[in-house]
Amino acid sequence: MQDPSSIVEIRGVSKSYRRGSHVVPVLSDITFDIARGEFLAIMGPSGSGKSTLLNLIAGIDRVDTGTIVVGGEDITSLSETELARWRAGNVGFIFQFYNLMPVLTAFENVDLPLHLTGLSRSQRREHVEMALAMVNLTDRMEHYPAQLSGGEQQRVAIARAIVIDPVLLVADEPTGDLDRKSAEDVLNLMDRLNREMGKTIIMVTHDPHAAERAHLLRHLEKGVFNST
Amino acid sequence: MILLKMIMKNAFRRKMRTGLTIVAMGIAILAFGMLRTVLTAWYAGVDASSASRLVTRNSVSLIFPLPLAYYDKIRHTSGVRAVSYGNWFGGIYISEKNFFANFAVEPRSYLGLYPELMVPEKQKADFLRDRRGFIAGRKLADRFGWKIGDNVTLKGTIFPGDWDFVLRGIYEGRTKTVDETMFMFSWDYLNEGVKKMYPSMANQVGFYVIGVADPNLSAEVALEIDAMFANSRAETLTESERAFVMGFISMTEAIVMVIRIVSLVVIVIILAVVANTMAMTTRERFGEYAVLKTLGYSGWHIGSLIMGEALLITLAGCLLGLAMTYPMVRFFTTELGAYFPIFYVEPLTVWLDFGVAALVGTAAAIIPMRQAIRIRIADGLRRIG
Ligand SMILES: Nc1ncnc2c1ncn2[C@@H]1O[C@H](COP(=O)(O)OP(=O)(O)O)[C@@H](O)[C@H]1O
Ligand SMILES: [Mg+2]
Repeated sequence: MQDPSSIVEIRGVSKSYRRGSHVVPVLSDITFDIARGEFLAIMGPSGSGKSTLLNLIAGIDRVDTGTIVVGGEDITSLSETELARWRAGNVGFIFQFYNLMPVLTAFENVDLPLHLTGLSRSQRREHVEMALAMVNLTDRMEHYPAQLSGGEQQRVAIARAIVIDPVLLVADEPTGDLDRKSAEDVLNLMDRLNREMGKTIIMVTHDPHAAERAHLLRHLEKGVFNST
Repeated sequence: MILLKMIMKNAFRRKMRTGLTIVAMGIAILAFGMLRTVLTAWYAGVDASSASRLVTRNSVSLIFPLPLAYYDKIRHTSGVRAVSYGNWFGGIYISEKNFFANFAVEPRSYLGLYPELMVPEKQKADFLRDRRGFIAGRKLADRFGWKIGDNVTLKGTIFPGDWDFVLRGIYEGRTKTVDETMFMFSWDYLNEGVKKMYPSMANQVGFYVIGVADPNLSAEVALEIDAMFANSRAETLTESERAFVMGFISMTEAIVMVIRIVSLVVIVIILAVVANTMAMTTRERFGEYAVLKTLGYSGWHIGSLIMGEALLITLAGCLLGLAMTYPMVRFFTTELGAYFPIFYVEPLTVWLDFGVAALVGTAAAIIPMRQAIRIRIADGLRRIG
């Protein structure tokens, strides 16, 4: 059952939220694998549990039952602190609303995850400059998020996600807030990261254009995968 | 590190709100510092009083005198090293609002008993030689611009008439707690005047000051003196100078209590103000804190962002408050020096100011910190979307 080429193994995962007195089931008994180097898109109607599933895989939310193994590590058995440390070293996040720190420059935003590593100042600078070059924003390093367009902000966010050289990139509606041109840039970038750097990418979206760019598409509906 | 930079920048994202909070903190520190300084002034008299001095007065009340004839008896009581005496004169200089303490004292013995009143030798000799001479504290002389040799006239209230004096010496306190606003002249000069006008009131003194040889035996000496005059026409009450001064203060103990309570209320109010600012700040930044956590920052990192910002605000307020306290105290000393002769910012007050700032900052940050540390990332991120 265990496939050595899988980077993510999800086994019987269920998740529900408590809303007041009654329990809302969100995911029920989900089992699937994601291969190393995959570019997976998860689609589905709003409220179907896409974000919840992504959060579970990325280790920012907890399963009710089931296990999730990422890169050989059973993240469902980690403590809160261990999980934070694991995320810091293994997962790059891209959000719909970029989520940059408004008080920090593009450079500092990308530098932020590196402060949790043991890298020296000059090593960090090197990594940050490389990441910003990769998203083609070298000339915007000293700009604050408010001085950047949405597309540029999302590219800074991508630089922040890849600067730690993560095993896994997760993106929740990365183009949801962008115009067509900027969305295209971001998708091209993700495609390059996948092809040239071999990054495994899991992208949640309800934009068919975005989903097209992925190599594999899965539909989530009412907490279960539809076979496609 | 980068968190420090974020603290600095976060604090000034809402300039108006942060600015107002800092000003409020500054005013609270000013109020706290002034109240404490008033208390210091109040107790300075007690601190300055000596354990080795006793004060003997009429047991009925301070306003009844004692015969001068007691002097020799007291002087020869065992354990007594030196005796002086004096009267509260209660004279007015030009107008009532120029109030200051003025006494008639037996000059040689009085200065002997109060070594903390430092008068240059030459001036002291001139003072002792001149029947109409007086000495004044440095602050009092400065207040009215008196120079050595100046003539000063006081209008008597207890002892009516115009009394002319010549400034012969200016004393300075050995320490900051010594009152430098007193006016002292020769008791003989007073007594001669009284003899002429009210012969029956002559040769009476308001109080004796007694220096004891051994402060540990002052209680025994006091008992012995009072026993000596028991059942006489004027019974005495002898107590330590400290108790004597405290006697004045205890009348106002209620006011002191009120001041302490008000100080506390000031702290509670400013705590509420800063806590409210921090709660608003944290609520606005919940999403950012969730993102930091996502990137692997711990609850404690986020807690230190909040705590750091709160402390930055309260300490900035503290500095502002201190910057306002000193001019305020200077104003008090120049305008109200008569009522607060010993008015200065104690070093302890400055430390307490910083203590209050640290305490308020910490307390104001605790609840937002708890929230931020417990925040579940998924919930925090949903607030952004
Ligand atoms: N933290 C939460 N608390 C309560 N309910 C939640 C929470 N997160 C998600 N839900 C609910 O779970 C369901 C799935 O949400 P989500 O995973 O965000 O869906 P999607 O991303 O597919 O739109 C929705 O009904 C949502 O209201
Ligand atoms: Mg979603």
